Amino acid sequence: MRPFTYERATSPADAATKAAAIPGARFIAGGTNLLDLMKLQIETPAHLIDVNGLGLDRIEETGEGGLRIGALVRNTDLAADARVRRHYGVLTRALVAGASGQLRNVATTAGNLLQRTRCPYFYDTNQPCNKRQPGSGCSAMGGVTRQLGILGTSDACIATHPSDMAVAMRVLDATVETVRPDGATRAIPIAELHRLPGDTPHLETTLERGELITAVTLPKPIGGTHLYHKVRDRASYAFALISVAAIVRRDGGGRVALGGVAPRPWRVEAAEAQMPKGAKAVAAGLLAGARPTPDNAFKIRLAERTLAAVLAEARA
Amino acid sequence: MKFDTPAATNPIDQLKVVGKATDRIDGPLKTTGTAPYAYERHDVVAGQAYGHILGAAIAKGRITAMDVSAAKAAPGVLAVVTADNAGALGKGHWNTAKLLGGPEIQHYHQAVAVVVAETFEQARAAAALIRVEYKEERGAFDLAAARDGAVEAKDNPDTGAGDFAGAFADAPVRLDATYSTPDQGHAMMEPHATIAAWNGDKLTLWTANQMINWGVKDVAQTLNMPEENIRLISPYIGGGFGGKLFVRSDALMAALGARAAGRPVKVALTRPQMFNNTTHRPATIQRIRIGATPDGKITAFGHESWSGDLPGGKPETAVQQTRLLYAGANRLTAMRLAVLDLPEGNAMRAPGEAPGLMALEIAMDEMAEKLGMDPIQFRILNDTQVDPEHPDRPFSQRQLVECLRQGADRFGWTRRNPKPASVREGRWLVGMGVAAGYRNNLLTKSAARVRLDGQGGVTVETDMTDIGTGTYTIIAQTAAEMLGVPLDRVAVRLGDSRFPVSCGSGGQWGANNSTAGVYAACMKLRQAVARKLGFNAAEPTFADGKVASGGHAVPLAQAAKDGELVAEDMIEYGDLDKKYQQSTFAGHFVEVAVDGATGEIRLRRMLAVCAAGRILNPKSARSQVIGAMTMGAGAALMEELAVDKRRGFFVNHDLAGYEVPVHADIPHQEVVFLDEVDPISSPMKAKGVGELGICGVGAAVANAVHNATGVRVRDYPITLDKLLHHLPEIA
Repeated sequence: MRPFTYERATSPADAATKAAAIPGARFIAGGTNLLDLMKLQIETPAHLIDVNGLGLDRIEETGEGGLRIGALVRNTDLAADARVRRHYGVLTRALVAGASGQLRNVATTAGNLLQRTRCPYFYDTNQPCNKRQPGSGCSAMGGVTRQLGILGTSDACIATHPSDMAVAMRVLDATVETVRPDGATRAIPIAELHRLPGDTPHLETTLERGELITAVTLPKPIGGTHLYHKVRDRASYAFALISVAAIVRRDGGGRVALGGVAPRPWRVEAAEAQMPKGAKAVAAGLLAGARPTPDNAFKIRLAERTLAAVLAEARA
Repeated sequence: MKFDTPAATNPIDQLKVVGKATDRIDGPLKTTGTAPYAYERHDVVAGQAYGHILGAAIAKGRITAMDVSAAKAAPGVLAVVTADNAGALGKGHWNTAKLLGGPEIQHYHQAVAVVVAETFEQARAAAALIRVEYKEERGAFDLAAARDGAVEAKDNPDTGAGDFAGAFADAPVRLDATYSTPDQGHAMMEPHATIAAWNGDKLTLWTANQMINWGVKDVAQTLNMPEENIRLISPYIGGGFGGKLFVRSDALMAALGARAAGRPVKVALTRPQMFNNTTHRPATIQRIRIGATPDGKITAFGHESWSGDLPGGKPETAVQQTRLLYAGANRLTAMRLAVLDLPEGNAMRAPGEAPGLMALEIAMDEMAEKLGMDPIQFRILNDTQVDPEHPDRPFSQRQLVECLRQGADRFGWTRRNPKPASVREGRWLVGMGVAAGYRNNLLTKSAARVRLDGQGGVTVETDMTDIGTGTYTIIAQTAAEMLGVPLDRVAVRLGDSRFPVSCGSGGQWGANNSTAGVYAACMKLRQAVARKLGFNAAEPTFADGKVASGGHAVPLAQAAKDGELVAEDMIEYGDLDKKYQQSTFAGHFVEVAVDGATGEIRLRRMLAVCAAGRILNPKSARSQVIGAMTMGAGAALMEELAVDKRRGFFVNHDLAGYEVPVHADIPHQEVVFLDEVDPISSPMKAKGVGELGICGVGAAVANAVHNATGVRVRDYPITLDKLLHHLPEIA
């Protein structure tokens, strides 16, 4: 960990302004990811802006009948919220499938969206990594890749986004609200928050310098059966090999997204149109263009089978 | 005390304290966070500075340049030690690679520097400022690729009996299968940690080490100093599993850092350093051939194992149990060792048997299937009561058959459908598996000192260690039994090289040998007490805090009214372990459910029925066995140090990447100890049990997965990707 300075922001706009003005500044909320990365010098911020205590920790109903989740709402509180459990079950299921109780007590909504990959080569500073050190190369390719991505990856990076929560938010068509350094606010559809790596895998989101997430809004509930199936080698406290988030209506239509396979939650709207035809057709669309390694090619079959099981469960 | 004839009736047989399920006497310290572990000994010496180790960034090669100037100039830095300024260092007897590398680098994360600073954060930040340039060399990192070049390791000759090749060729029913087990990490909770302090030329190390006396000798050898100038103190250890049998870089670098800084220094390995800097259980490839008659009598048994290690290292002795577990007139075992430039391979819980049985006991299941026999019946039919290679050597005790029979009854084995993939409960495919457990009982001399004070209090001192196993408690039970005092009148002091040299903790030899050493010292103290109190004629009894003989009873405390009575002795062994094969046995039973869609494997129930001599404390013994069963489940289902075969290191070097079981993986465990006393093993009539619990579990899981799915996985860990292509279509 390199020495750093620290301050508490006084308002979201204040935090954004300072983050843009101070070189090497980073926001800190729960710190469950950032602090670990700082200890390993994977992240070396010169300045930390603490955004806890800005009043961003409430869940409110929106005028449109949806929910506005403050950026600082802890994962535990979000999963337990009665409105979330009743109307957005896929989100609660995804949240409680993630991390551990202790981590969920501290981890925040925005922090969960912005957590960084768990690629083991990203975590070892002796190894080249285009995400950690642009242009240094990807040491994962040709190495140990069982956990890594099969979709949306590039020749520069095959890392995945590790979040469960984000996969559920993707099928819920959530919107990310932000404030920018100039005080202006904007709303980013969650589909547009995470970038694909291309040849710039170090650029992970479409947020601008200093831009602070203030909330995530969920649209009006759409009903249906909400399922989240996370597949992993051990029964708890492990990142997904793959996961499936699904909302299935009575007529067999609905939405699905995959986790654990790509640099962002993986949803293909065109594939969803095939849902009434059955899982195979949906999987074909979702997994089209997959570029697996020999170590993780199983994820394709695993995703197909898990999707089929989830859709069967929704029908039952 | 020389133990060279089978034990007769002795004071331990009273079983007033020994053999009773007893809470750990160190439990309150552990549960209140006040047990003093090495890194937290803030009290023992003033002015402690912090050391942080820098590990090598390559697996094999040389350091061509090293610039420590920025680190030296960093805030708070007191010293930087590298091979350049460490002075001449030797290498410990128990170390294969050097603990401080440079210029030659022998493995990834081999320590190349320690930075000492006022705070931990300063030391860690400064270590990151050291610039090292390497010339990388090609290394061998892939066991499968190195297999053909492997050679017979010294001290590990091929063994056999009869004519294996001929008998196997002639056998009507044959199995010839190859299995593999991956590299595994100990992943104990407490990292390797040491505080080092110099006083002139004398060095004290507060450390986490299972084997105090080995440690003193290896520190002396490494630092080229006399043993008497070294003190190791290690009273509490947060898990070791063999990873702390040896002095590691934390101890050496703390000592070097303290010498350079002129201050006491504490060093702990970080979690990401532990997997590549220290030792691990080596991967194996095992070929097993079994020939049998159509009615299931084994006629030929062959087991070959390949493993790798750094030059000068040792093989994983995975064929060990196959020499002794089943009958069969024609036999062969062989081990071949390849040179690999991965980190040092060495002992991890039940070295040899743990990976050996993972393969052997799948092979037995496969053979039973070929024969159309129940796998328990097949094992019972091929039981042996003598060493099959040397039939004149009987087992001292061998209740494997009883373990299997009782286990089958308790587990409901008759409910198992022998036809694989035939039991379905909703989305789950359900199956049961069995395996034999086997681990040798090793005898090692062990000494202790016992003190009696004027209030009748007893203190035991030995350099024995408690690595979480419950040693404190069984030693207290032993002394309480021997001297006729309540448990709470016994204080136990462990893990200090100033105390008599014990067997230490490893190879499941700790409990039997260390308590036998305490028994020997207590016998001597009893004689001293009897003499002091004037009981010259008959051997008095020690009970209820009194010494009595012929109607005459005197309080024990009275023997020490003029001053403490002290007795010291050592248990030493004759050749009973040569005349008799001493081993421990188990029947392991597992029920699994496999998700028919995803292939996820979830344990439902585990049972171990153990025959391991007298169980000194059923409560802590059960803890040992369920912990070992958990570790066996991890080995079966998830544990694998993933090797980057290009760059030569274990990639998943933290606890997010190296998965071990969590509570949700282990829903139900049951342990049964058969009544057994083994008078051949020691005056305690006990044997080891802490490693027996892991031996065979992996194969029981594998066999249950086969029973559930019909898929035979021969390469561990059994992960879902190995099942996926064989599972039924989803409706």
